[in-house]
Amino acid sequence: MSSQVQIATRKGLFQLERNSDGWKIQRHDFPGENVSMVLHDPRDHTTYAALNHGHFGVKLHRSSDAGESWEECTVPVYPEGAKKAADPFTENAEPKPASLSEIWSLEPGGADQPNRLWCGTIPGGLFRSDDRGSSWQLVDSLWDLPERLKWFGGGKDDPGIHSICVHPENSQNVAVAISCGGVWVTEDDGMSWTCKAEGLRAEYMPPDLAHDPNIQDAHRMVQSPTQPDHFWIQHHNGVFKTTDGAQSWQEVTGIQPSVFGFAVAVHPQRPETAWFAPGVKDECRIPVDGRFVISRTTDGGSTSEVLSNGLPGEHSYDIVYRHALDIDETGECLAVGSTTGNFWITEDGGDSWQTISTSLPPIHCVRFVKS
Amino acid sequence: MVRVVFTANLERHLSCPEETVSGTTVREALEAVFETQQQLRGYILDDQSRLRQHMVIFVDGQTIVDRVNLSDSISPDSEIYVMQALSGG
Repeated sequence: MSSQVQIATRKGLFQLERNSDGWKIQRHDFPGENVSMVLHDPRDHTTYAALNHGHFGVKLHRSSDAGESWEECTVPVYPEGAKKAADPFTENAEPKPASLSEIWSLEPGGADQPNRLWCGTIPGGLFRSDDRGSSWQLVDSLWDLPERLKWFGGGKDDPGIHSICVHPENSQNVAVAISCGGVWVTEDDGMSWTCKAEGLRAEYMPPDLAHDPNIQDAHRMVQSPTQPDHFWIQHHNGVFKTTDGAQSWQEVTGIQPSVFGFAVAVHPQRPETAWFAPGVKDECRIPVDGRFVISRTTDGGSTSEVLSNGLPGEHSYDIVYRHALDIDETGECLAVGSTTGNFWITEDGGDSWQTISTSLPPIHCVRFVKS
Repeated sequence: MVRVVFTANLERHLSCPEETVSGTTVREALEAVFETQQQLRGYILDDQSRLRQHMVIFVDGQTIVDRVNLSDSISPDSEIYVMQALSGG
């Protein structure tokens, strides 16, 4: 069972550790700074923290000694002349220069790519580093697709790449999910891309566009590490899964109390088991009936259980962002953090939950430190 | 020589003492500073080399006009203040 969790928040990066007394906050790095993403790379035990200073822009720091010291590395830079899509809501809008506004996802490459990192950004860029973040290259093959100009922001002003899934057995195969731009897959290490969002459904679009793969708002996508043809998506208006490597997606309607949410986690060994943090759909974005719960399915979404033991029973208005629900390598330990600064852990797959803190800053990302 | 002063808030992130440089435009003066403090560039300018959205530069008490090319003229005894629009939260 993992014994460390990293929590990226609006006011810094926290590290939680489990010892004989239970889970305790042990470190607080970058106090006061907005940390949008954290990654512990199990290949060399480097931790990366993406900061968003607001006035001073987006920065990336790395630590090779578990946070004792940090060094600033470079951030992805859009090439000169790179343009965002024109604002679809402004008449006669011209495309504007692309400029980094957020690091929204950060993932290690495969075991055979020791220095490779993938970074998903707003506005809608995928970047690759082959030197641990010392330099970055925009993946032109994805950026230059004409379909990219149809992507649009969902909750953010611009589209963003929030999920990057590197195939555990073939690092040339990478799937990314975009709000709002569907799912795109490369099978040749980023040389070419195919939209693989057939079956996703966007009920917020005009009916004749509802099944357009390229505009789907996948809130979060996760891949089974042991059966990598299985993916789950928490989508804007539902839950979807694929069992054939994203060739086709099926809508899952059995998640209670709601199919709306942002986060999803999949069991490391059992791809039919997944967890969600449901809420009232997008007009409201609060827990159903003010009761914060986690949903679990163990049968591929045919049925679900509402897990509430140890979670607040009433008047809770916590929302869990895309990256703020994580699972460890055993599949028994899950951690979840909310926009209200509440943080819970379960060590029995969600049957019971411990409250670790009720007073953290708004939580963007929760990740176990995995070996 | 042109005096360039940076908001004290930047000291939280990196060292940026005031500098004395030469130049005839804001861009030239800042580039002279960045020659010795390369990391400072990304905190003042965005990745398209424009002044960051919530930053402001005063030259002799006047805000600059050209936030994209930083072409505002300066004189040899100008004072340049690189500030931020403070906000809370």
